[in-house]
Amino acid sequence: MEKEKSLQMYYEMVLIRRVEERGVELYQAGKIGGFMHLYIGQEAVSTGLIAAREPRDRVITAYRDHGVALNCGISANEVMAELLGKVTGTSKGKGGSMHMADTTKNMWGGHAIVGGHLPIAAGLALGDQYAGNDNITICMFGDGATNIGYFHEALNLAKTWNLRVLWVCENNQYGMGTAVERASAVTEIRQKAEGYGMKNGQADGMDVTKVYAAAQEALQYIRETGHPYLLEVDTYRFRGHSMGDPERYRKQEEVKKWQENDPIGIFRAYLLRENIATDVELDALDAKAEAETQKSVEFAEASPEPGLEELFKDIYAA
Amino acid sequence: MAKITMREAISQALMEEMDRDPAVFIMGEEVGVWGGTYAVTKGFYDKYGPERVKDTPIAENAIIGGAIGAAMVGQRPIAELMTINFAFSAMDYIVNQAPKLRYMFGGQFEVPMVIRAVGGGGRQLGATHSQTPDAMFAHFPGLVVVSPGTPADAKGLLKSAIRSNDPVLFIEHATMYQVRGEVPEGEYIVPLGKSTIQRSGKDVTIVTYCKGLELSLKAAEELAKQGIEAEIVDLRTLRPLDMGPVLESFKKTNRAVVVEEGWKSYGVGAEVVSRMYEEAFDYADAPILRVAQKEVPLPYNRSLEQAALPQVSDIVTAVKEVLK
Ligand SMILES: Cc1ncc(C[n+]2csc(CCOP(=O)(O)OP(=O)(O)O)c2C)c(N)n1
Ligand SMILES: [Mg+2]
Repeated sequence: MEKEKSLQMYYEMVLIRRVEERGVELYQAGKIGGFMHLYIGQEAVSTGLIAAREPRDRVITAYRDHGVALNCGISANEVMAELLGKVTGTSKGKGGSMHMADTTKNMWGGHAIVGGHLPIAAGLALGDQYAGNDNITICMFGDGATNIGYFHEALNLAKTWNLRVLWVCENNQYGMGTAVERASAVTEIRQKAEGYGMKNGQADGMDVTKVYAAAQEALQYIRETGHPYLLEVDTYRFRGHSMGDPERYRKQEEVKKWQENDPIGIFRAYLLRENIATDVELDALDAKAEAETQKSVEFAEASPEPGLEELFKDIYAA
Repeated sequence: MAKITMREAISQALMEEMDRDPAVFIMGEEVGVWGGTYAVTKGFYDKYGPERVKDTPIAENAIIGGAIGAAMVGQRPIAELMTINFAFSAMDYIVNQAPKLRYMFGGQFEVPMVIRAVGGGGRQLGATHSQTPDAMFAHFPGLVVVSPGTPADAKGLLKSAIRSNDPVLFIEHATMYQVRGEVPEGEYIVPLGKSTIQRSGKDVTIVTYCKGLELSLKAAEELAKQGIEAEIVDLRTLRPLDMGPVLESFKKTNRAVVVEEGWKSYGVGAEVVSRMYEEAFDYADAPILRVAQKEVPLPYNRSLEQAALPQVSDIVTAVKEVLK
């Protein structure tokens, strides 16, 4: 992989990790409330995917959205400010952790109803098809989301109307505490695309180079044929489902085993092994991510709360 | 009598009914291995096994639709919606199937099921996860809608709901699981469709339910310090609605405030106040006021969310207004 792009991807993965680690501290200090679903362990997925998109390609995802937001180019400042419910956040503090978006970065939101954003993703692609452009919508969702009707209706529509959507299932092995095999008739999620005659593929989500390659291939297919594609990415969340998950449903050894496959560690080793980067360069990126995170916390803490007038704003457009 | 939490009271009712009737089983997301998202069914999976405590896929239509079918052939499923916000993902089954099957087929079918759902705001969960849409469900004939405000009522009403031969939507409040109260042990039944007086007073009537009860009781304490004695009527069941105690109290006090957590427009208060005017207009000494949620989707930011939710002080202000 080319050096500049690789280093940017490495930086983004580390930044996601640092921002979320600080998020945990701030949550425990009572400065963040509500639900907060961490992406730690899954950083390679959105990093690889979004690195492969054209800026005109749209991205939409579920509530586990901090990483996606940062990869799309939303600043750590805005992400942190939204977590703290400040007016300088991506959604003016009205959305919180689950609802980061920035249409200027083609990030169309984290969405909190499981599977709810899939028909909307088909709709984004419908809008682009209607406009006659070849933008692609990248729609990310969990394994659990493939068991709800929304998924099936959206995939069927996308294939029937040939909408340019890259469906990406982040199979992190669990939907909350329910293992894939306890909730899904097939454990290989990509098989569900077969029922809709949709081309599909699979990638190792702990290795960002593999996600990137698989995403490039899928996006090229969609751009050329105008047909949708489903990519299943195997990954694992290192932390609980949200904050305060007792994690009774999985064994510590299993978590440890996956943690040994840390996507940041894997990528770092790859960059060194392939002589793409040196330890010194990577350490500098680690420090840069740390500094950026620190700056974002200071920015968010210093930012004002939304005023009472915000309560009644943005309910209707007109 | 033992003082236990709302969580324990609901848990008790579920266990007692499962022990009593083998036709009763639970299905829903994370009810089993996890022990319930709000820990209400903690220990159930080990005690009753996966046959009676069924972890489902994330598939609200299949959860509610499946429970309807099982109920039609004689089982007594308790279908759990992780939160009432996900009821919108199963709306057809909740309002368009369950309440209509009996009537539409000339009384041939029975749908003896309970849908347990957690509602309410105040936890900074954002607009899609914080709603109190109770009134919307109470709009549909054929559905019974229950929402208790005390642990004892939660236990007694849930047991009645499970024994009822009709579909019952049982709405709990996400911030009330730790509320404590005296709850009779063992067999304890509160009938569906009966309002009750939770606090006696002569000066003003507060009509409310669920979270509104908690707020109103606090408001009544403050008002008492200022020499105002509020009578609180707890609706407990929104459909069928029992106006008896409401009218009785209003005829005595001649002044009333209706308190609910949901939005004011087309809400529970709208229904209750209309009925009060229809049936007791001559008794009103002042316009009846409503305290409810501001007409906005609930925001994440804590101060904004609290500004949108009805507060104890809003009730106190409204009561003073009707007493002017
Ligand atoms: C319609 C709906 N049902 C239930 C929920 C509650 N819920 C939130 S996340 C989640 C698990 C989703 O699992 P998965 O799709 O695998 O995504 P992951 O959290 O693993 O990223 C559930 C059940 C919801 N938000 N929306
Ligand atoms: Mg998952």
